[in-house]
Amino acid sequence: MNLAEKISPVNDTSAVETPAVSVKGISKVYPGGVQALDNMTLDFPKGELISLLGPSGCGKTTLLKIIAGLIPATSGEVLVNDKPVTRPGNDRAFVFQDFALMPWATVMRNTAFGLELRGMDKSEREAIAEKYIKDVGLSGFEHSYPHELSGGMRQRVGLARALSMDADVLLMDEPFSAVDEQTRRKFQEDLIRLVEVEKKTFIFVTHSIEEAVYVSDKIALLLPRPSRVSEIIRPDICRELGPDAMRRDSAYLDTVEQIWSSLRSYVE
Amino acid sequence: MAQFIVHPRTLKILSFILVFSAWEYAGRIPVSPAFPTFLETMAALWDLIMDGSMLKAYPETLKPLALGVIISTIFGIGSGIWMGLSRKAEWFGAPIFIVMQSAPLAALIPLLVMAYGIGLTAKILVVCIMAMPVIVLNTFNAVRNTPHSLTEMGRAFQGSQFDIIMKIIVPSASPLIFAGLRLGVSAGFIGAILAELLITPTGIGDLISYNQSIAEYGKMYAAIFSIIVLSVIFLELLEKAEHSLFRPDKRESL
Repeated sequence: MNLAEKISPVNDTSAVETPAVSVKGISKVYPGGVQALDNMTLDFPKGELISLLGPSGCGKTTLLKIIAGLIPATSGEVLVNDKPVTRPGNDRAFVFQDFALMPWATVMRNTAFGLELRGMDKSEREAIAEKYIKDVGLSGFEHSYPHELSGGMRQRVGLARALSMDADVLLMDEPFSAVDEQTRRKFQEDLIRLVEVEKKTFIFVTHSIEEAVYVSDKIALLLPRPSRVSEIIRPDICRELGPDAMRRDSAYLDTVEQIWSSLRSYVE
Repeated sequence: MAQFIVHPRTLKILSFILVFSAWEYAGRIPVSPAFPTFLETMAALWDLIMDGSMLKAYPETLKPLALGVIISTIFGIGSGIWMGLSRKAEWFGAPIFIVMQSAPLAALIPLLVMAYGIGLTAKILVVCIMAMPVIVLNTFNAVRNTPHSLTEMGRAFQGSQFDIIMKIIVPSASPLIFAGLRLGVSAGFIGAILAELLITPTGIGDLISYNQSIAEYGKMYAAIFSIIVLSVIFLELLEKAEHSLFRPDKRESL
């Protein structure tokens, strides 16, 4: 497989189209003087899944929350569809690391909660939620409570809630880190399919190199102290191979190795 | 059969039978001439109900109790939520309620009587002083410790401040708020009886102190017994209300 052939046509189109999310010179200093981000600039093209990968402390979750509008940046700006971000908006939906499900609400209410907060009436929002509950494979669990579900199923609810917002950009904060290994693999496969079907932009924070290489169209490798984007990696993997063959593919293994050698000195 | 034996209801009844048998036994030894048996107490309770003195006593006791509990609930939960949401309100409010909680009530009663007389107001205040601090402090702690990710979720999905409080913070805090309410209400019951014993003998407090003074110990314990039963029933209802109002997940898991 020729690397140059695969990359160049993709690069040409993304250069013309405006990016879905554009991060311009973002800095974040937390009260107390901890510098989480320092003048970071990064573009997220439409319809792709871009991972933010890096060791802990590199500010990847901070960057994601600034894009979400959950925390303000100290300086710089974030543009989503060319509009500056000041607060959470309809164009973005968030998937939380710890699921953030309300334990007192059923799967149905949790899934429809974003729409409920938007003020949509009950029958309408439940019809939409129903569709996404089915899409994530939780049909039959609409009236279960989160404590009756496994970790993986809970995150499916979190995902269904985000999808039902029909936002252009999905922000995922280490969504699979709290689910077990087998479930995580299944999730990763589902995610790849989702990116193809949904035509949304996914920004995916992870600390797992394998996960990033496996699911991403692009990986932004973030390094700490001072936090910066050290390189953008485009995993050269043929998705048609199928999940198992892909994980044995030499290109996949090489990319994992290459990222690990960049990160190695920053761990510990 | 085995299921019947370990069923919660069977165990509850068994626990009642045990306590009442022990009481009956202790009364028959007797522990003290002033300590009637369970059956004597029940007979006295029947007399008190039939001769109408219970019917006359309860409205008097329930008035300061109900008003005090309602005031404590509304004001207590309200200020607890406010203190949980705002640091400034916490600095202002927390010391007052902590002092109130640790103040020895019996020592304050003469002061209350001087300020508010021996009427309803002083009694309501006694109930409030007993009931409110634990309601406020529990509510405050519960609201302050709402899981951060849930409120962040509410903001990420563009919930208004009001929606986040009513749909996320309050339900999330409700188990602790209701735990505070249960403690507060039972303290309120104690406060209401204390007020009747220490300020002016009315209602159930009067039944207790009058029957004690004429050595009708059966009736005295019957009056005490009745207020405990009432308090327990009320607390049970409170729990039911909690589960159906805020936490259907708890009801299903039981």
